[in-house]
Amino acid sequence: MTATNVSLPPAPVGAFTRAAFEAHLASLPPLPEWWLARKRAAFERFAALPLPVRTDESWRFSNVAGLTLDGFAPPAPARAVPFASIGLSKAARLIFANGRLFSREILAPDLGRRGVVVDTLQNALREHGDLVREHLLAQPARLGSGKFSALHEAFLVDGAFIHVPRGVEVELPIGIFSFALGDRAAVFPHTLVVADEGARVTVIDYFGSQDDTERQLAVGANDLYAGHGARITYVGKQDWSHQALALQSNSTVVRRDASVQSLNLHLGARQARHESHSQLQAPGANSEMLSLTVARDDQEFDQRTLQIHQAPNTRSDLLYKNALLQRARTIFSGLIVVDPDAQKTDAYQSNRNLMLSDEAEANSLPGLEIQANDVRCTHGATTSRIDPEQEFYLQARGIPKRAADELLTFGFFEEVLNRLSQDDLHAALRTLIQTKFAGDKAAR
Amino acid sequence: MSSLVIQDLHVSIGDKPIVKGLSLTVNSGEVHAIMGPNGTGKSTLAKVIAGHPDYTVTGGDVLLDGRSVLAQEADERARAGLFLAFQYPSEIPGVSIANFLRAAVQARLPEGEEIDATAYYKRLYAKMDLLKIDRKFTSRSVNEGFSGGEKKRCEILQMAMLEPKMAVMDETDSGLDIDALRIVSEGVNALRGPGLGVLMITHYQRLLTYIVPDFVHVMYDGRIVKSGDKSLALELESRGYDWVKQELAALPA
Repeated sequence: MTATNVSLPPAPVGAFTRAAFEAHLASLPPLPEWWLARKRAAFERFAALPLPVRTDESWRFSNVAGLTLDGFAPPAPARAVPFASIGLSKAARLIFANGRLFSREILAPDLGRRGVVVDTLQNALREHGDLVREHLLAQPARLGSGKFSALHEAFLVDGAFIHVPRGVEVELPIGIFSFALGDRAAVFPHTLVVADEGARVTVIDYFGSQDDTERQLAVGANDLYAGHGARITYVGKQDWSHQALALQSNSTVVRRDASVQSLNLHLGARQARHESHSQLQAPGANSEMLSLTVARDDQEFDQRTLQIHQAPNTRSDLLYKNALLQRARTIFSGLIVVDPDAQKTDAYQSNRNLMLSDEAEANSLPGLEIQANDVRCTHGATTSRIDPEQEFYLQARGIPKRAADELLTFGFFEEVLNRLSQDDLHAALRTLIQTKFAGDKAAR
Repeated sequence: MSSLVIQDLHVSIGDKPIVKGLSLTVNSGEVHAIMGPNGTGKSTLAKVIAGHPDYTVTGGDVLLDGRSVLAQEADERARAGLFLAFQYPSEIPGVSIANFLRAAVQARLPEGEEIDATAYYKRLYAKMDLLKIDRKFTSRSVNEGFSGGEKKRCEILQMAMLEPKMAVMDETDSGLDIDALRIVSEGVNALRGPGLGVLMITHYQRLLTYIVPDFVHVMYDGRIVKSGDKSLALELESRGYDWVKQELAALPA
């Protein structure tokens, strides 16, 4: 049966019609057969699935009316990208603009000699096809965004591929920049990281726009695969246009004695949905999931998380902190799943919200699904306001109320930043948050 | 030359009058001690001078260098030169002493002027050396997990950095053992000078053997009922507060 014969009513595809999909395929270089087939299948799934509605449990509290796919278009190639540096030395830097590679710099000269690959997905499909096939979008979207994951897979143009071979440690971070430029631009950024046995790597994924008034759509994903004893540190900085609709899906797979630490910094977009899956697949696997959000004006940040313990003696630790200003909204929904044989699981989940405005709204839905009997799992959510005595203390030192509240908010975030073992990364992120908090785009 | 003038001050918490017509003048270079039994309004006085929002001034005035501060927010008063050393300093998790003081120094600069970080640290370390405070202190979160003595030393360090014209010290000796009391007192004494006026609030005379006041006032039932020099403190130490209460009771209403 072909899709044209499906008797269902036409699916809400918005601008992403079958004709748009065929035009997208025609714009790509020749693809491996398996990838072309997957893209076609993804498009069919995307077209068949309905848009989320208010009654979907996995979209509870979300502004489903904001999920429109109308009016977007594949953006034109970019001639320039915004200046983007947070002052960190890097081993390599890939810049994507409107979905296509803008520049690629290998800054640590020994990377190639040590077998580290930092390249585009388009090149990797040709040169590292087996690895890409094994790990690219290999895990199902389990948190409600099946339609958007399919859209991402169908319309994915290019992305970053990082492979660190066995035993290799990349000391400096690898920076991936993805920009959406122009009104109505739709982008589908992707970062795939594969760390083989004992490898170590830090990846910083930046998402940004040039103009906060441009209406854009960003449907991104990243896959992190930590092989036996590997260590991946992943930092995502989401700073899309404040008129953007952004949906990002993260999949982390952690193998025996491996460890992944991810910290997502949420600053941009009008409405941002972030889904994060961690699978602890073998004993000794460890996943630390961290997030900081500065929600201001009318922004909505919708975060859904899944910690899946599939093997004994695994650990996951989630700490999501949100600061809410003005009329901003946040939604946190977290689930810890412990499979029957995942004994001695150690799982934590904590969502903390700091309300800096009476009009802001924080929703929190922590959850557990435990099928093993010898586990340690805790979860909790708190919502607090600025402590007036702390505020008075700072004011009594001459610090104006607004600056005092800022300082207290940075203090609130510091617990998360302190989890990062790299001091320069910590300092760079702190500066970013301060800039965002001040609403000062010029200094960025 | 600065002055802190408290004129016939009346303060309430909700409907309850706490300070009932208190008058006092502190000039720069002077150290005044206010002593009195618990529950007499001493700490309320300290917080009202600093601008705590929970208290309502129902009468009188507080003037710094001739200008009323009562309409000012706490931060404006602090920038004008007032300092309150807290009896119970707040713990501020995640904010280092260095960043906290930096924000306080930054707040005193003209709009648009950025703090000179090198000069700031140089001055901070000089003050820490003066007060014999370990430099590692600056990276700790403000007061978090501090001992009583560390909290009070942190208050003195802030006072040293912010160089107020007038400092109100609320029960600075509370919670301190004798060694901590000596160290904190040395700090205050190091900052004493012609540019600083000090109003020390204390329940016990023992602080005053370390920080010798120029004037001693006895506060009772929201008012100053007796003033004198340091010998008054010694008299209170040996005779207790009951003697003052009896004297008051003997006065015609």
